[in-house]
Amino acid sequence: MISEPFATGNSILHRTDPRIRLVTAALFSLTVALCFDTTPLLVSLGVAGFLVILARLNPVLLFKRLLPVNGFVLLLWLFLPWSCKGDAIFSFHGLVITRQGVHLAAILTIKCNVILLLMMTLVSTMTFVTMGHALHRLKMPDKFVALFVLTYRYIFVIEQEYEKILRALKIRGFVPRTNLHTYKTYAYVVGMLFVLATERAERVYFAMRCRGYNGRFYSLTEFRSSPASLIFLLIMTVVIIGIGCLEWR
Amino acid sequence: MPERKEHIIEMSGINFSYPGAGRIFDGLDFTLHDGERVGLLAPNGSGKTTFFHMIMGLIKPDKGSLRIFGEPVLRERDFVRVRRRIGLLFQDADDQLFCPTVLEDVAFGPLNTGKRKSEAVAVARDVLRSLGLEGYEDKITFHLSGGEKRLVSLAAVLAMEPEVLLLDEPLTGLDVRTRRAIHDILHSLHLTYIIISHNIEFLASTTDKIYTLEEGKIILDTKIHHHRHEHAHMFGDLPHQH
Repeated sequence: MISEPFATGNSILHRTDPRIRLVTAALFSLTVALCFDTTPLLVSLGVAGFLVILARLNPVLLFKRLLPVNGFVLLLWLFLPWSCKGDAIFSFHGLVITRQGVHLAAILTIKCNVILLLMMTLVSTMTFVTMGHALHRLKMPDKFVALFVLTYRYIFVIEQEYEKILRALKIRGFVPRTNLHTYKTYAYVVGMLFVLATERAERVYFAMRCRGYNGRFYSLTEFRSSPASLIFLLIMTVVIIGIGCLEWR
Repeated sequence: MPERKEHIIEMSGINFSYPGAGRIFDGLDFTLHDGERVGLLAPNGSGKTTFFHMIMGLIKPDKGSLRIFGEPVLRERDFVRVRRRIGLLFQDADDQLFCPTVLEDVAFGPLNTGKRKSEAVAVARDVLRSLGLEGYEDKITFHLSGGEKRLVSLAAVLAMEPEVLLLDEPLTGLDVRTRRAIHDILHSLHLTYIIISHNIEFLASTTDKIYTLEEGKIILDTKIHHHRHEHAHMFGDLPHQH
């Protein structure tokens, strides 16, 4: 359900303080999202590419993760080039492809991929658990962090329950077809999952109260920023400001 | 040590029913004394888990009185105090381990009782060591095996330093080695406890009394006591006559 193939690694980025990585990823992505000029976007694409090399991510996996989003980007390329007003570069039976349209599609493609690469190199390189702790240390609200960590903890349990139900269906010869019986069965499965999840939630809450839960969550992990992490933060700040300057000069 | 016979749990005339289901408890009376080691062996659906949940204040009786450690417990506030002194081990360890890492889970209880982080961590490490779980501190709870999960949840309960333990089917789904470990831990603890189990051998070796739940009441099970014996032959597991 959730696999973390990039989280295990020992590159410079993996060893950088998770809090610093989260903050830089957020700020960098925000800046990229607000940019509309080609130069700063190409520069950030370059930086993201460099980070991929630094993080030493598996290229095949990386490509696989980029695919779904670029499928969506392909849709943009189908519509944007001829639906924007501007200078025609090509026309075909009244369908006018404009320079502005192509430019916009290209910019959105770069943005999407840059942000995705940033997330993969800076955020996916830590486990969910570490991310929970880092968010807690970054003073995110307790409730948010608790929800985040508990969701991650129990999504596997719910997945197990889901698989249990699927096995029960299979051993009794269930084959999905396009008919009412299939839809009904799937509706039962979903309904059952809700019931199981609710009951589970109640039992977990009972267990928490038995151990004196009073609404507070504690995180025992302490993060320390190594000099290398601080240098990374410094460099990234300069890069982000630089990109901002290129955009709004 | 002088024999103390303080009443830890006193339940009398308890009625309880789940909405839409028949009556689970019907005039239930039960007393647990200090130092007692009690087994509870009863059919599925007879209300054993409900009984534990009632002691912990997770569900409230419809009628009847409940006194714990000599004081009546009625409101949530009363039970908050009870929960610091009575530890409940849940049937499903997945319900109990909700923190990402083992150390955090075991330290969760002590932190809630107001211990400082360093103290809570020290207690958690001590308990883990005493259960032979050294080196598990940073493991992710849901990557553990069933047996490890059970032991870690026991550690989480023990970290609260309870005076009384309620164990809800502590052996289900465990291999022989982990069963043995739980058995040995219980013997080394010298705590007052109630164990729900279907395993007669286990109850016979860890408890002094075995109760059962029948028609919504808790009664001493004399039949089971009658049958407890050692075997000189190899076929003790099979039904046999002497």
